[in-house]
Amino acid sequence: MSPPILDRRLLFVTGKGGVGKTTVAAALGLLAAREGKRTLVCEVDAKGNLADFYEMAPPGFDPVQVQPNLHVMSMDTEASLKEYLSLQLKLPLLAKIGPLARTFDFLANAAPGVKEILTVGKLGWEVREKHYDLVVVDAPATGHIVGQLRAPQAINELVQVGLVRDQTGWLKDILADPAQTGVVIVASPEEMPVTESLELIDRLHEETDVDVASLVVNRVLPELFGRGEEEVFERLREPEMAGALATAAGGPVESVLEAARLAVTLRRTRAGHLARLRAGVDPTMPILYVPELFARGHGLRVTNQVADALGAELGF
Amino acid sequence: MRLDELLAAKEIVVTCGSGGVGKTTTAAALAAMAAIDNGGKVLVLTVDPARRLANAMGLEAFGNVETRVTAAAFAEAGVEPRGELWAAMLDTKQSWDDLVRRHAPDERTRDLILANPLYQNVTGKFVQSHDYIAMERLYELHASGKYDLIVVDTPPTRNAIDFLEAPERMADFFSSRLLRWLLAPYRSRFMSMASKPFYQVADRILGSQFLQDIAEFFMLFQTMYDGFVERARAVERLLHDRRTTFVVVTTLDAAPVHEAQFFVQALRERKLHLGAVVMNKVLPTYLLDRDATKVATKLCDDPAPIADALPADVGERKAVERVLHEVGESFLNFQVVAKRESEQRSELGATAEVVATVPYFDTDIYDLAGLIRLGSSIWR
Repeated sequence: MSPPILDRRLLFVTGKGGVGKTTVAAALGLLAAREGKRTLVCEVDAKGNLADFYEMAPPGFDPVQVQPNLHVMSMDTEASLKEYLSLQLKLPLLAKIGPLARTFDFLANAAPGVKEILTVGKLGWEVREKHYDLVVVDAPATGHIVGQLRAPQAINELVQVGLVRDQTGWLKDILADPAQTGVVIVASPEEMPVTESLELIDRLHEETDVDVASLVVNRVLPELFGRGEEEVFERLREPEMAGALATAAGGPVESVLEAARLAVTLRRTRAGHLARLRAGVDPTMPILYVPELFARGHGLRVTNQVADALGAELGF
Repeated sequence: MRLDELLAAKEIVVTCGSGGVGKTTTAAALAAMAAIDNGGKVLVLTVDPARRLANAMGLEAFGNVETRVTAAAFAEAGVEPRGELWAAMLDTKQSWDDLVRRHAPDERTRDLILANPLYQNVTGKFVQSHDYIAMERLYELHASGKYDLIVVDTPPTRNAIDFLEAPERMADFFSSRLLRWLLAPYRSRFMSMASKPFYQVADRILGSQFLQDIAEFFMLFQTMYDGFVERARAVERLLHDRRTTFVVVTTLDAAPVHEAQFFVQALRERKLHLGAVVMNKVLPTYLLDRDATKVATKLCDDPAPIADALPADVGERKAVERVLHEVGESFLNFQVVAKRESEQRSELGATAEVVATVPYFDTDIYDLAGLIRLGSSIWR
């Protein structure tokens, strides 16, 4: 049995674009904070919109507290490098030298894995130093997460000696420990998100040592009709009955019935993808369900609702 | 202007947009429609298609090699195309190797580059390398003259404009003064006073072996510099050519719309041609109908009297009441989303010559017929 997700120390929340990855990351952070855990939520993508989900000003590299126990930051690899140089290598003076930082920026662009290691390294550092009970990462989408989590390994393979190599050791240990680190894969019950999630689980297994903590299925449509009710609905759609309904309701009913039919079909299609997802993963894999919220937009209200839904799934 | 006219007038169509909006499917649907309706040889070049999409086109699998979608596949979908539809997928690693083989000055350099651990890492995992190679492949295929129209599905980038700048960045990268400065100590035995402290620190942090690997890699790559830069410039010219157009694909969710707007702006700034905006998975407009809303509200809030007024044979009385309530509530729920979408649409609508709306299909697109159904909904 894998450790409960909020008992871990470092969670990477990923998923295909458009499935609600950031919503879930924000909600998990909120939920953990509510449960009394000192929590850091970090967005890795510079143009992310995590701030919208907490209705806060865009965060910077230095974490800001937005609620009791809830701290938010945005990753900045250059700032991370400077911090690394001054903290780890005790090179405060050198870190301030402009050209050096620029050169490193150049190196970071040229040498693969450098940017990634600065990101993962910073997050791992927060865990190692026990600054927070839980670090939730709004991580890159499915296409890029493996590269990020593999960075310590890649650096280890490329760099034979030196301080960076020494540093990758403890980082690899944190990432590989399922009691500490886990990936949360967010999917919506649709064709591509389910396919990509299943592929990602395989790739994480094959190419990294990081454990998959949980799947979150977002936007699950409610079952519209209970037992026996679907027959009633089909009867209502018959022309004669629809006419009677229009008279009784005092207005046109075609669109209303058609919308319900769309909802039913949509739910059926999504249920099929959900079944495919369930069949494709290990039966012990925890799956959390978040209902479709039909919200006007993103904001703290929706984040709270998603946190409620996740909390209910986790038995809080 | 309509999409069919736009595609008939162009040789290259680049679809772009954020992940998860149906970019690949849209690219394939447009290519299929062009092959069916406009005729000629049409190629869809895609980056990472769903396996089912490959199957949909009747292909065993996509590969770097172009494959023709068979007449049988079209026949099964009930159409007889005027032209030919071809498909190919981008194999980043393979394309990079081809590039090195083409530009390396001699066999020894070529083999050294291909064997360099850094090269393998860069080409395999370096995200930006996908962007560059996609544009490079496009150039190659266009130059071959085999196709009348090429529809390119761009890689899912973190930043939508990354791939637009990829050729330029690649050229800049190899001509960078910083790079030359970095390599200087490996070229001459005299280390400049300026770079010495850097190397001391870098040595401590990264180890000299790694630095040497990097240096070797870039020194080898420098031998291909001229060919590379020339090529990058040519790719850039091709993107600016009047035969090339861009199609921005988006859903009407806030984040993708925001990115689409950003992209439209980026195209304008770079003087690239925005041919169309395709809005995908749009909920039906009847959800905004006023009279229907009144009915739905009544059903949701007070279904009892309506259930009473219906013929008894519709079903058990309590069940009827519940169904009426659910039907009303469901309409109002989806209306919230439809309203949000119509706001987003009006923000986006004014930006392009052709604005096409793809309705929300309640089933997935898994075959050629599905692609054609999607394509037909926006084609004319």
